[in-house]
Amino acid sequence: MLVEYLPILIFLGIAAGMALAAIGASYVVARQRPDSEKVSAYECGFDAFGDARRQFDVRFYLVAILFIIFDLEIAFLFPWAISLGQIGMFGFWSMIVFLAVLTVGFVYEWKKGALEWE
Amino acid sequence: MVIQAIAFYMFAIVTIAAAVMVISARNPVHSVLFLILAFFNAAGLFVLMGAEFIAMILVIVYVGAVAVLFLFVVMMLDINFAELRQGFLQYLPIGGLIGIVLLVELLFLASTWLAKPLKTASPASPAPAADAVTNTHALGRVLYTDYVYLFQAAGLVLLVAMIGAIVLTLRSREGVRRQNAAAQLNRRRDQAVEVKKVQPGSSI
Repeated sequence: MLVEYLPILIFLGIAAGMALAAIGASYVVARQRPDSEKVSAYECGFDAFGDARRQFDVRFYLVAILFIIFDLEIAFLFPWAISLGQIGMFGFWSMIVFLAVLTVGFVYEWKKGALEWE
Repeated sequence: MVIQAIAFYMFAIVTIAAAVMVISARNPVHSVLFLILAFFNAAGLFVLMGAEFIAMILVIVYVGAVAVLFLFVVMMLDINFAELRQGFLQYLPIGGLIGIVLLVELLFLASTWLAKPLKTASPASPAPAADAVTNTHALGRVLYTDYVYLFQAAGLVLLVAMIGAIVLTLRSREGVRRQNAAAQLNRRRDQAVEVKKVQPGSSI
């Protein structure tokens, strides 16, 4: 089984090698003449008005957590779908009950308006 | 086999280095990014162990979703980090104590494992041979039948998480004008348009 992952490992090695080569070569080959003006904002760039990390609406968080929950629900579907032939009716209905429980939550969030963006 | 060993040590070293950086990085956003690196390398370790499904779920769920959630939390908490670091040493004894307890537990586990290697398959539901079926197949065969109660409990936990998140964070705001597609489509012409006869030289 691990042989199937060998191309991915090779790609990983190539990607790491290229990234290191690009960054390392720019350190070694290019002439380094650091200047504070080079990293400052120029032309149309403004100096930052404030910290980038400020409070924002908790609504983004709600969307993210609802996404994770349905993501996990989908994750449970994969092994079920490929082994449906072996687990019989009990396995089938076990998943249907699982989906029904989550559908209760889905109906709740739909009716509550959690999926709407004002 | 040599490649496997090299890959293991690479993934393990990067995982540990990233984990150290998670707790030592000065900027918490950098900590979250190092956490993502640690997740990726842990996924690589899972692949080496033959647990493909867990590896892919780790990438999808943890890297794709949980890390985003962590970033949200880190950015949503408006904390002055210079202020936070001042009381850092104060918590060192209790943190060290918890670390020592965890270390002792790990040592106990290692000593029992060295004395008597764990059996990988329980006699009630013997795991199929690793080369006979894929990892995901093997999981699917037992998860929905033998472990049905745990599976349904997982569904209930997800339901509680969903409802809890909505109850805690959803507030309806006043004075928001929403689009109502049904009302728009049901509007007749005579409700919207009025024809007036205007005499020349006069106003309505």
